[in-house]
Amino acid sequence: MRDGTLTIERAGASTTTPSAPLLEVRHLVKQFTIGGGMLGRGHGIVRAVDDVSFSIARGETLGLVGESGCGKTTTGRAILQLDRPTSGQVLFEGRELTTLDDAGLREMRRRIQVIFQDPYSSLNPRMTVGQIIAEPLAVHRIVPERAARAARVRRLLQRVGLLPQHAARYPHELSGGQRQRVGVARALAMEPSLIVCDEPVSALDVSIQAQIINLLEDLQQELGLAYLFIAHDLAVVRHISDRIAVMYLGKIVEIADRRALYEDPQHPYTKALLAAVPIPDPELEAQRERVVLGGEVPSPLFPPSGCVFHPRCPIAIDRCSREVPALRELRSGHEAACLLAGLTARSDHE
Amino acid sequence: MTTLLDVQSLETQFATSGGVVRAVERVSWDVQEGETVALVGESGCGKSVSALSVMRLVAAPAGRIVGGRVLFKGRDLLTLSEEEMRRVRGREIAMIFQEPMTSLNPVLTIGRQLTEGLEIHLGMDSTAARRRAAELLAMVGIPDPQRRLSQYPHQFSGGMRQRMMIAMALGCDPALILADEPTTALDVTIQAQILELLKDLSRRLGVAMLIITHNLGVVARYADRVNVMYAGRIIERATARELYANPRHPYTLGLLKSVPRLDVPRRQRLDPIEGQPPDLTHLPPGCAFGPRCTFRVERCASEVPPLRPIDAGDHVTACWQAERVVKTREPQHA
Repeated sequence: MRDGTLTIERAGASTTTPSAPLLEVRHLVKQFTIGGGMLGRGHGIVRAVDDVSFSIARGETLGLVGESGCGKTTTGRAILQLDRPTSGQVLFEGRELTTLDDAGLREMRRRIQVIFQDPYSSLNPRMTVGQIIAEPLAVHRIVPERAARAARVRRLLQRVGLLPQHAARYPHELSGGQRQRVGVARALAMEPSLIVCDEPVSALDVSIQAQIINLLEDLQQELGLAYLFIAHDLAVVRHISDRIAVMYLGKIVEIADRRALYEDPQHPYTKALLAAVPIPDPELEAQRERVVLGGEVPSPLFPPSGCVFHPRCPIAIDRCSREVPALRELRSGHEAACLLAGLTARSDHE
Repeated sequence: MTTLLDVQSLETQFATSGGVVRAVERVSWDVQEGETVALVGESGCGKSVSALSVMRLVAAPAGRIVGGRVLFKGRDLLTLSEEEMRRVRGREIAMIFQEPMTSLNPVLTIGRQLTEGLEIHLGMDSTAARRRAAELLAMVGIPDPQRRLSQYPHQFSGGMRQRMMIAMALGCDPALILADEPTTALDVTIQAQILELLKDLSRRLGVAMLIITHNLGVVARYADRVNVMYAGRIIERATARELYANPRHPYTLGLLKSVPRLDVPRRQRLDPIEGQPPDLTHLPPGCAFGPRCTFRVERCASEVPPLRPIDAGDHVTACWQAERVVKTREPQHA
């Protein structure tokens, strides 16, 4: 519904056809070489992101969820080319980013911005809020004139719910929520079409999280922004995302529309994640069946054979330790990487 | 049930360059034997400082307990000598912290860290202590405990370290465990494991527990009674069921409304608490929540509302307008 009302107002943003996705990630792989130090221990290759593919449409929010070490943050960094991918393609507004040179990357970074988890460590403590927001406008010569920049900064502050006088403050003088608003304003300054939001609310207090989420949603409506929303909080992700991809040990194990993923999850890991989230209602919690997933996420240095989830999977069969399940489309737009997905759904309802 | 811990008008302050921070401002709460009580609130509300004050671990000289009593089994812990207090810590009241890595010694083996308390507090010899340590690791679900005893904390995963902290806490059969955000640093599936373990052990062993957290879901799942803190004060207290079904303080109501929930249909928009948490060095003269409160009346700006009984049971709230604060029913499942 939301997609239908969107208007793309920025001219010259793209030469691609309207139906092409804004971002398309194809078979993305990011490997890190670990160890090999003096002791020569633990040397090995970690495939932090292992053959990940997805796309994001203009004005859409894709949620990327998973537990620590699943590769969700590395995926974001690989898209931004902060960590250059080992292989695979990242097509953004029709351009392949993985082969861009520095000048090309600088241009690209105007169009893809990023918001980090901890606004305190991502804002320069020696600069005022005004300088922080104005800096990219000057560096990229978007608004070369000083007075015009100041006016732009004021408009941006207002747009993210801050006051003009906040421009003269330093980050340490602001609360956590206000600092994250500055982070949003800095990202918006470049007029991006995509913002990678890496755990943007998880460091904030509960009462402030909702403020920032509402702000991000308002901006999306106004500006037609797309978000890659990386987070571990499944309730927050459901609220903000149009579609959701679930990652486990470097792979996407399930991807679907919001409704399908939360109401009809197909991968056992997605089901376990949803079951683990405590619900703020003691009555419901008392009635709820407690399915606690055993074991822990294995070391990515020594990923299990076959399906990487099989050692913890409550429904694993012999084949799961031998065969790597591919993402399969079970229904239109709903894919899961489980040999038994689709086969188990029926018995669940009985 | 008998009262195990009775905190009365506790006051803890910190001297900072910005002025005196009244981190805990005449706060009273209690824990009955075998019960799980929660202290809930956002960062800076005083929940952790409350627990540290009970243990007398507030960092001096900046931090100081300036008033109140902490009665544990009838004895005021604030009047004990440092020597007597050392016997209480770990032996009778144990503590579990958010980040186990920072509370474990990285250069001592897991075994040594477990046996130390057993030898000091219970006077076990090293063989008996080692046997007990292995039992404790097994009890908290760490496989292959004998081998694990000779490993170091960095060889444990985050979840394993938290299990190890629980084993340490349970080592001397304490009557009370203070768990400060015990699962906040953990992933959601590991969080569920650790909370189940804590709950199960506390039930089986009859240990009372104080859980300090900002997570309303964790509280709903595990606490019998809940104290909600804001800006150094308790602003509402009730049984968990009563508090969630019938919150009578605007802050509690606001918190419950602001979090997205998986069990109800997705809302078009979230309902945040507007404004910012207060600066603890410059608290407003009246109700600290007043500037953010939609129920605010004139009186709120000048007079601090005391905790007072409302509704049935032991439900108390600190709001002049509590009678107007009523939760509207959640939309039912579609």
